[in-house]
Amino acid sequence: MTETVTGTTTPLTRFAVPGRIAVNGPTETAWQTATLTEIRRETPHAATFRLAVPAWAGHLPGQHLMLRLTAADGYAAQRHYSIASAPDDSGHIELTLDRVPGGEVSGWFHTVARPGDTIEVRGPLSGFFAWPGDRPALLLGAGSGVVPLMSMVRHHRARGLAFPLRMLVSARSPEELIYASELGAETTPVFTRSAPPGVAVGRMTAAHVAPLLAEPPVGGWEAYVCGSNGFAEHASRLLVAAGQPVERIRIERFG
Amino acid sequence: MNVTRGFSGRPRVHNPGLPPGQYDARGDWPVLSAEVTPDLAATDWSFRIDGLVERPHTWDWDTAHALPASAYEGDIHCVTGWSKFGVRFGGVSLDAFLDVVRPQGSATHALAHSHTGYTANLPLADLTGGRAWIAWEYDGAPLAPEHGGPARLLVPHLYFWKSAKWIAGITLLDHDEPGFWERNGYHTRGNPWEEQRYSGD
Ligand SMILES: Cc1cc2nc3c(=O)[nH]c(=O)nc-3n(C[C@H](O)[C@H](O)[C@H](O)COP(=O)(O)OP(=O)(O)OC[C@H]3O[C@@H](n4cnc5c(N)ncnc54)[C@H](O)[C@@H]3O)c2cc1C
Repeated sequence: MTETVTGTTTPLTRFAVPGRIAVNGPTETAWQTATLTEIRRETPHAATFRLAVPAWAGHLPGQHLMLRLTAADGYAAQRHYSIASAPDDSGHIELTLDRVPGGEVSGWFHTVARPGDTIEVRGPLSGFFAWPGDRPALLLGAGSGVVPLMSMVRHHRARGLAFPLRMLVSARSPEELIYASELGAETTPVFTRSAPPGVAVGRMTAAHVAPLLAEPPVGGWEAYVCGSNGFAEHASRLLVAAGQPVERIRIERFG
Repeated sequence: MNVTRGFSGRPRVHNPGLPPGQYDARGDWPVLSAEVTPDLAATDWSFRIDGLVERPHTWDWDTAHALPASAYEGDIHCVTGWSKFGVRFGGVSLDAFLDVVRPQGSATHALAHSHTGYTANLPLADLTGGRAWIAWEYDGAPLAPEHGGPARLLVPHLYFWKSAKWIAGITLLDHDEPGFWERNGYHTRGNPWEEQRYSGD
């Protein structure tokens, strides 16, 4: 923050935008047509939608976009979705959508959408939740909150990054765990309703978080928390209680 | 217009109170703050106005409550797309605070900041004339911490990210200085009726 305030001190900003991340310019805020090229089922309630977006400006893991569906009479519905895929130059991006009961937009994706359909997107948006792959990352997600975190995991793998990255992800059951077959040693799943034999059932606790913070990597963790507001409140409190500095906790709440 | 095959959407409701691109969240009140909800007691809360004013001043919980009470009853609009109708906030009009500090003639903009360090910039004109409040009640009850309690800024005619939660102070400036989301690509003013969501809108 520049010290341009006249006659007073600039408010202290413990919680600031990282200067390392560029914000959206004109390309990112323009609506673009995206063509659905593939649909992959992830769980009984979630599927991944692969989109061709030829003029995609590129994104950082963790960023989201705005998506718009338009009816014949001009009525439009727009929602935010996190980008699941890692940055690459394929001209494609992937989104993973939960099917929300009665959901206007997710309902269309889960019941009507098929390859060849076109929709509109604008983005990527918001730099705050982005992880450029420049520091150790501790990721806590629940439900579809794993989506932007998976972009970070994929980026970490694709680039063979040396920074440590660990993920705690909460799901109702093994069947509801999005990206289950892709998760590796970096991930600890937590099951809240039913778990495989020998695995505890229950919400994320201090016991999951404490070991990771007991021996933080050099430079400390940048923590990313994503999911419902209820999960975000719970998980961010666990992090603070375990000693993670508040100014190094970034939260994306799905509302 | 790019019509989406097979998309009809919800039954149309004509609602002149709904800005373009918004939907009615009805009973929901989504929380979208990007930081940890602070553990801030009313007794530890303070609010300061400084910068281009005649007399910078800091209020605590009791001295702020000694100012004349003022309520807002109306609608709020979030940039993520939801609007909420007929909400009731209680607090004090920002005009009452500004009357104490007396803005200088050169003050044109404001940077609001929170006890968490969150910031939001606003033209001073959007904070005066009975259009902005420091609010500590919602629906007759204390404002919940995740919604900005003990007290938040309330500027309901702009997108709700301008209504900084856990408000700590406002600095008056002679220029526009981008706040937290504004540095992250959001629009500098955020008028929902002109759909000013992102920079460039
Ligand atoms: C930054 C961000 C990133 C996100 N990323 C993802 C992601 O990666 N994946 C994901 O799955 N989600 C994500 N979300 C959530 C997503 O934006 C949508 O909120 C979600 O998909 C629901 O939208 P919908 O149109 O399907 O449901 P909506 O139509 O919005 O409905 C939501 C609920 O409200 C009810 N409802 C609301 N209004 C009405 C009405 N007028 N009439 C009847 N019922 C109503 C519905 O029945 C339903 O239960 C993200 C949100 C944010 C803010």
